Amino acid sequence: MNTMDRPNKFLIGGGDEGRPKPPPRQSDYVPRKKIYPKRARGTFRGIKWIVMAVTLAIYYVVPWLRWNRGEGLPDQAILFDFANQRLLFGPIEIWAQEFYYVTGLLVLGALSLFLVTSIAGRMWCGYACPQTVWTDLMIAVERFWQGDRNAQLRLDGQPWTFEKIWKKSITHLSWLAISVATGGALVFYFGDAPTLAIELVHGTAPTVAYFFLGLFTLTTYLLGGLAREQVCIYMCPWPRIQGAMVDRDSLLISYRELRGEPRGAHKTGTTWDGRGDCIDCKACVAVCPTGIDIRDGSQLECIQCALCIDACNEIMDRVGRPRELIAYTTIGNLSNATSSPREGWRIIRPRTILYTVMITLVASLMGWSLLNRADFEFSVIQDRNPLFVVLSDGGLRNGYMIKIANKVEGVRHFKLRFSGPADLQPKFVEFDGTDPTIEVNPSEVRAVKVFLLLSGAQRKELRSDAEPVTIELQDLDSGQTASRATTFRSPQ
Amino acid sequence: MSHGKKIDDVTGVETTGHVWDGDISELNKPLPRWWLYTFYACILWSIGYWVVYPAWPTINGYTKGVLNYSQREQVQQDIEAWKSGHAKYRTQIAEMSLADIRKNDELFQFSIAGGAALFGENCAGCHGRGAQGGIGYPNLNDDDWLWGGDLEKIHQTIAFGIRSGNPKAHDTAMPHFGTDKILDEAQIRDAANFVRSFSHLDVDQEAAKRGSQIFADNCAACHGDQGKGNQELGAPNLTDAIWLYGNSQEAVMQSIRTGRGGAMPAWSERLDPVAVKMLALFVYSLGGGQAEAASASAPAAGADKQK
Repeated sequence: MNTMDRPNKFLIGGGDEGRPKPPPRQSDYVPRKKIYPKRARGTFRGIKWIVMAVTLAIYYVVPWLRWNRGEGLPDQAILFDFANQRLLFGPIEIWAQEFYYVTGLLVLGALSLFLVTSIAGRMWCGYACPQTVWTDLMIAVERFWQGDRNAQLRLDGQPWTFEKIWKKSITHLSWLAISVATGGALVFYFGDAPTLAIELVHGTAPTVAYFFLGLFTLTTYLLGGLAREQVCIYMCPWPRIQGAMVDRDSLLISYRELRGEPRGAHKTGTTWDGRGDCIDCKACVAVCPTGIDIRDGSQLECIQCALCIDACNEIMDRVGRPRELIAYTTIGNLSNATSSPREGWRIIRPRTILYTVMITLVASLMGWSLLNRADFEFSVIQDRNPLFVVLSDGGLRNGYMIKIANKVEGVRHFKLRFSGPADLQPKFVEFDGTDPTIEVNPSEVRAVKVFLLLSGAQRKELRSDAEPVTIELQDLDSGQTASRATTFRSPQ
Repeated sequence: MSHGKKIDDVTGVETTGHVWDGDISELNKPLPRWWLYTFYACILWSIGYWVVYPAWPTINGYTKGVLNYSQREQVQQDIEAWKSGHAKYRTQIAEMSLADIRKNDELFQFSIAGGAALFGENCAGCHGRGAQGGIGYPNLNDDDWLWGGDLEKIHQTIAFGIRSGNPKAHDTAMPHFGTDKILDEAQIRDAANFVRSFSHLDVDQEAAKRGSQIFADNCAACHGDQGKGNQELGAPNLTDAIWLYGNSQEAVMQSIRTGRGGAMPAWSERLDPVAVKMLALFVYSLGGGQAEAASASAPAAGADKQK
């Protein structure tokens, strides 16, 4: 119902009499009308099959890729190693305190989504979104067992015969199998895939692996198999946001109304003069996975999967009219019936320039910081209790806990240098001598306790109760150095 | 409020039946069905939870639930698991000598960590959380040791205590020069002046001169001619900068008057041998720990070297 049709007492004025009774309204609980998408054939269907194959392949293959990191370290190329609080991406190792790199990736993802949407609409929703890919897969399986749209409609109208029970069961079982495979593949990202695969089969995998396998089996079955387009229409925030992303120059899948109207059935051999190209065959509605009529214009429900383009092109070929009655075109171009759909598609506009600049900025910032990040980390914590210790010769001693994290493959060797007031002498708890070589194993944090001693004779050289001290760490293998400022405390 | 459904004329939507100011009514917009079902599911879940887990208090206890789950038992199991996980370290620590443990990086780190926890529970009461000590309670961070600062000596002191009654305890006593009338108050003042002059503190030179003879006659037997002390007897070095009971004239006089003799329990009577070893390694790691050779050859010479 449209707002304009409603009687409005403020416009009419003057009491209730004569006002037409409103039509009975549907409950707010509207049951879902099941959608039976017809199989489409054409360019975009082909592209979608390819994208589905590629994205699924990436999803299933990635955990099995190996990357040699050396002895004692996981050899999985991409591993979310939660137990050791680190993410492994090939040669890059991201520790928990560097999670901002992941945030950066998410920011890049969001900006890219903005850019693509402002140029070509909901490409993500139409082709690459996991919800779309898995729903497409589930629909394909359903079609395999139950036949295309018409066969499914017939089957659902039938009483529960053996054929119906059999076909429905095998469909749901296939969906569940796909779901188990989906959940199963997901847990491989969080543990060593070959080991975990064997453990999963033998029932010896960690409980948490089974839990997430079960959870993602359930969500895949529910969201991809049963809920399908409802996820896009009711659950996903993106359809609400995209309104702010598209403008007159964004490509949108549109019915070119000026060319198509007035619509109506067309008899072969009769003239096309004085009528539109749309023969109202509803092929575009039949293939739509969200069950809408694209001819009503751009809609929230439309995920821009382009299947209606394929369906309509096939019909246009058959009736001998030009293709692209439904096409990727811009709102700006819709006002011209004769022009080609993408004439005057401006890609370079302030909006797209802005998004590109932002993407470049974030990407270069991340790249720069990744290239320049130290592959060891070094921190100094001064003892607080006691702050200082008076020694028997009247000298003073301060204690420091030095932590060195080695973030690369292979053992590394470090030396420490100290500079501060007077002649501070280092003393180590674990090492003999004042200048030990400190070994740190790969992917490990080593704590080194060091004391700095000031002789009683040199106490008069202290000027304050907290003299600045610099501790320098040198990586003997690469020559890299890092220094930290701390203090030497005294009762002065 | 009237019976039956009330429908709003303008929108065709059912109202809640509540009317304000005569004509303002509220449209009935029920909760989304998925929300409502989730809510019902939660209620069902909670009933299941009552059945499975402990839930309701009863007069004598609580409903146990069919799983018979208990966090207390869980903690017990965790502690057992923790203990068995550490068993291999503990066996090694029990068997190895302190010097060998110190050279084994893994065991040393384990002992320091365990020793720190034990110290907090058992020793911090007197020695302070940072082992910084206080008046009468030695600072364990510094390099001044009454009874020796190498690993074995620290271990012996912790294991058997000081004046603890244990047969192996350090057990010496300083005479009560004042209260037992060995020295009179003037002599005590002179002796104190002399003792303080070792450290070049501000003293009455005349009194110190008189005190040197008193010191030689009464104190040097334990504290040495030069006042360097003797770790065999627990006699402190009187020449260094560390004063367990303070270095004021009055504090030193009080020490001479009544004698000093702090006590420490024999921890081997309270803790297992592994714990005592871990404590010794922890105290050693605080910074004052001395190498075996330095103090083993000659305790007095070691004390001399510190000065």
